Amino acid sequence: MSTVRLAFSPAPVHVRTARLVGVAVARRAGVAEELLDEVRLAIGEACTRAVELHRQYGLSDLVQMEMSDDHSYTVRVIDRAPIEAGLGLTALPPDALANEWLTDEALTVGVGFALLAGFVDDLQVRPVEVGIGTEVRMVWPVGK
Amino acid sequence: MELSLATRAVAEHAVLEVGGEVDVYTAPRLRERLNELIDGGARSIVVDLNRVDFLDSTGLGVLVGAHRRLRPLGGRCALVCDKEPLLKIFRITALDQVFPLYPSVEAATDPSGPTA
Repeated sequence: MSTVRLAFSPAPVHVRTARLVGVAVARRAGVAEELLDEVRLAIGEACTRAVELHRQYGLSDLVQMEMSDDHSYTVRVIDRAPIEAGLGLTALPPDALANEWLTDEALTVGVGFALLAGFVDDLQVRPVEVGIGTEVRMVWPVGK
Repeated sequence: MELSLATRAVAEHAVLEVGGEVDVYTAPRLRERLNELIDGGARSIVVDLNRVDFLDSTGLGVLVGAHRRLRPLGGRCALVCDKEPLLKIFRITALDQVFPLYPSVEAATDPSGPTA
C-alpha cells in the first residue's frame, strides 16, 4: 500500500490543486481511465465542501486529504467544522433544485451532494475518529 | 485551465461562451458576468458550455441563480452542451429538467423554435 497526504489552507484556489493531485495519484494507483473524470469531480466536490465549511465557521485549519491504494483507491477528505454542520448533508429532491425558497448556498450544497452520491458508489460521510470534524471517504476500484 | 468568458449577440439572445474550468474559485466570475448581462437588460441568455473542461456544483449553482433571476423577468437561461461528461452531471442532479439544453448555439437561437 502507498499513501499520499495533502493539506491545504481552506481557500478556493487550492481546490484545483487537490483535484490535480487526486487524479494523478488515482492514475498511478491503476484506476481505470474512464473513471478519472468522476474521480476529479468527486474530489473537487469533497474539497469544495470542506473549504466552504471552514470559511463558514471561520476556521483556518488546513483541509486534509489522504489518498491510498490498498486493493482499491481510497480518498479521505477531512474538515474540522462542527460535526452537526458536516453531517447535515442531504440530497435534494430534483424538483427542489429550482425552487425559490432554497438559498443559493443550500442549493449548491444539495447539488454537490447529489454529484458525490451520483459519482461515487462507495461513499461514506462520518465524524472523524479524533477531534472535531467530518471525513468524506470515497473508494474506487483499481484495475491492477 | 483558467476560466474564459466571451459574450456576443445572436439576434435577441446574449450568448455567453464559457471555456476552461468552472469551480469554487472561478464561479464568482461567471456569476458576475451573468449578473452584468441581466442588469444590462438581457432576457434570453444562452450559455455555451461546449468548451468547458470542468464544471462543479458551484458552477451549477451559478447557472441556477441566473435561471432564477431571469424567470420572474419573463426571461430564460438556455444551455448549450453536447459533451457527455457534462450532460451526465446535468442528469445526475436532475438539472436537465430545469434548463433547456441544446447541442449547439444555432439550435438554441433558432427563431423557428426549440430544436433540442
